[in-house]
Amino acid sequence: MDTITLTIDGQQVEVQQGATLLEAARELGIEIPTLCYHPDLSLHGSCRVCVVEDVKSGRLLASCVAPVNNGMEISTNSSKARVARKTNVELLLANHPNDCLGCDRNGSCELQDITHDLGITRVDFEGEKRDLPVDASGPSLKREPNKCILCGRCVRVCEEVQGVSALEFTERGFNSIVSTGFDLPQSEVNCANCGQCATVCPTAAITEISEVDKVWAALEDDTKHVVVQTAPSIQSSLGEEFGMEPGTVVTGQMAAALRRLGFDKVFTTDFAADLTIMEEGNEFIQRFKGEKNLPHITSCCPGWVKFCEHNYPDLISHLSSAKSPMSMFSAISKSYYAEESEIDAKDIYTVAIMPCTAKKFEKDREELVGDTDAVLTTRELARMIKEMGIKFETLADEKYDEMLGAHTGAGTIFGTTGGVTEAALRTVKEELDGEPLGRLGLGFEGIQEASLEVAGQTVNVAIANGLANASKLLDEVRAGNSKYHFIEVMACPNGCVGGGGQPLPTSKEIKQKRALGLRSIDESDSIRKSHENPMIKKLYDDYLGEPLGGHSHHLLHTKYQKRDRN
Amino acid sequence: MGQCQCGNSAESKEKYLAPLKTILEGYEGKQKDLIPVLQKAQDEYGYLPEEVIKEIANALNLSLSQVYGVVTFYSQFHLEPRGENIIRVCLGTACHVRGGGQVLNKIKEELGVDDGETTEDLKFTLESVACIGACGLAPVIMINDDTHGRLTPDKIPAILDKYKA
Ligand code: SF4
Ligand code: SF4
Ligand code: SF4
Ligand code: FES
Ligand code: FES
Repeated sequence: MDTITLTIDGQQVEVQQGATLLEAARELGIEIPTLCYHPDLSLHGSCRVCVVEDVKSGRLLASCVAPVNNGMEISTNSSKARVARKTNVELLLANHPNDCLGCDRNGSCELQDITHDLGITRVDFEGEKRDLPVDASGPSLKREPNKCILCGRCVRVCEEVQGVSALEFTERGFNSIVSTGFDLPQSEVNCANCGQCATVCPTAAITEISEVDKVWAALEDDTKHVVVQTAPSIQSSLGEEFGMEPGTVVTGQMAAALRRLGFDKVFTTDFAADLTIMEEGNEFIQRFKGEKNLPHITSCCPGWVKFCEHNYPDLISHLSSAKSPMSMFSAISKSYYAEESEIDAKDIYTVAIMPCTAKKFEKDREELVGDTDAVLTTRELARMIKEMGIKFETLADEKYDEMLGAHTGAGTIFGTTGGVTEAALRTVKEELDGEPLGRLGLGFEGIQEASLEVAGQTVNVAIANGLANASKLLDEVRAGNSKYHFIEVMACPNGCVGGGGQPLPTSKEIKQKRALGLRSIDESDSIRKSHENPMIKKLYDDYLGEPLGGHSHHLLHTKYQKRDRN
Repeated sequence: MGQCQCGNSAESKEKYLAPLKTILEGYEGKQKDLIPVLQKAQDEYGYLPEEVIKEIANALNLSLSQVYGVVTFYSQFHLEPRGENIIRVCLGTACHVRGGGQVLNKIKEELGVDDGETTEDLKFTLESVACIGACGLAPVIMINDDTHGRLTPDKIPAILDKYKA
């Protein structure tokens, strides 16, 4: 491909034809502020916060969309460019509520950062403020359209990455907003609750529904025995909230912090992930041997499950009937754990710390209600730790409590794309032919596949992250030409490490670092197979009996429901 | 919001949506068909009820929000039933200066509806618009294709009466 040479702020740079001015500037290490631009999404070019000056013509160009041309001379910091950028941000602020003090994104808001970086200290324009209702009616997400700057990032992620298009620009002119069909609550349309919109929103126009107050109340209630489970992926992302590098493994400090918050028992969802593998792995073996309901499709991601119920209701029989690790954990916490520790199940309050906004919806599903009492995102947990004045970085490592704190590397990798597949195959293969699983060599792509020989037969697996990718695999299943036996789907890019409840900001690189953090835990774990988790063995011996047995079926399996496409 | 007009039973819903199904049969079910399908559906139903929009979204493999976004973007599409007579009150500069606002208020009062609304008997829909190019006659209203100029509020009842028959 041809290259283009141009000058930016007096420095020459050579880039590929078709590159944008923003990309060329970044090549030189020159930072230009952006708002509507997002590296993982298509270009929009609407906010004009990224304008630079074309010196020869004196024109201002939106650098995120403007292509490079040979011989261009660009100034990113001429006074004309700086004044224009400032004005464009000031115009956004003129319609903005500007109540940063009470805002969920205070400290992680891109609009706030840019305002600060551009040296804007007051807003001279008196704009008309909008007074639109807040949508906080659903279990997962809250929308505050008055804080929306119409950057369209949520609209694009929902369409391009998720293929859902629950959010759209509606109306026109000054009345233009981002909304849903008929301005229905987000929980009443086809939204999967994945929270990707919240992770790309530069402001607090989309955030999770907070359950922090509920959890404080439970912790302060002496009659409640409050147990907490933390999802696998939290271990390598929570540290970011306290200034650590993405991917830093903070399992020990997290356990310490949870104890200081007052949880009576600190357990891990990794334990229940092993349990899911026992149930789902055996379910797959049954289906594989009986050639029934293949491909078998994972169901531990509630964003994916809801998407499937809306868009592929005809394929529900392919979903694993196994509950997700979160819901299995909660069911066990109120049965086996209650009995073993001689606590009345109705006094047990089970909190789940999840990377995920859709888990809040899962908790409320009619099939599962009562298992889990509260779901907090990684961000909400960090807020509680900060509110308690705990110096997270200085905490000494502690361990999970016994029993439901026993975990393996297999459970840990559930938090990253491909993890469930790898964990399941480690157990399935050994069960079927007694041989350990070799390396699957999985990466991070949106769709991956692998084939392996098990007991003389070939097993084809596929792994999708992002719902638009999942659709590609599901369309094949629907058309009857899928070659796969096992399909893993995670709604969020890169899996739960990229979840809608994870620390902000986030990017492809950050998600991959979190995933590598999880893999490093797995690699250093002495036990790396779910069926070798000693507590899992004990749980089956003492209580459950066999995987897929009557007791397990009742406690650990669930049903799904058809939902309208729209 | 346009309420579903099709009653509750599956049967009456099917009957209600039958004309739409016929319209959709003329298209391939592609997203590019959206605007023409919406136009034909509006011709058929007089406006775009929620049930109709849902059905169109399903048929064209779009989300409800996507179709709603398009419907609310173009002023040609309506989410509410429209009156037999459409009254457009000009609030352009000339009309505004010469009392267009009072004329609008008088019509609101006479019909008991707000700007953008339709009377319960579906006789009139009231809308305010920007300059309609008849500034010489300001203040001006249009009812359907008839222009009424040099208005004062007291002339309104007689004009409306002509359309009530
Ligand atoms: S939660 Fe997911 S599916 Fe729902 S609007 Fe946001 S991005 Fe779209
Ligand atoms: S809700 Fe957030 S991401 Fe969506 S358009 Fe508004 S500011 Fe942008
Ligand atoms: S991929 Fe993980 S974080 Fe995302 S919706 Fe699914 S379970 Fe939640
Ligand atoms: S970031 Fe370039 S126009 Fe918005
Ligand atoms: S301003 Fe009313 S017709 Fe021109």
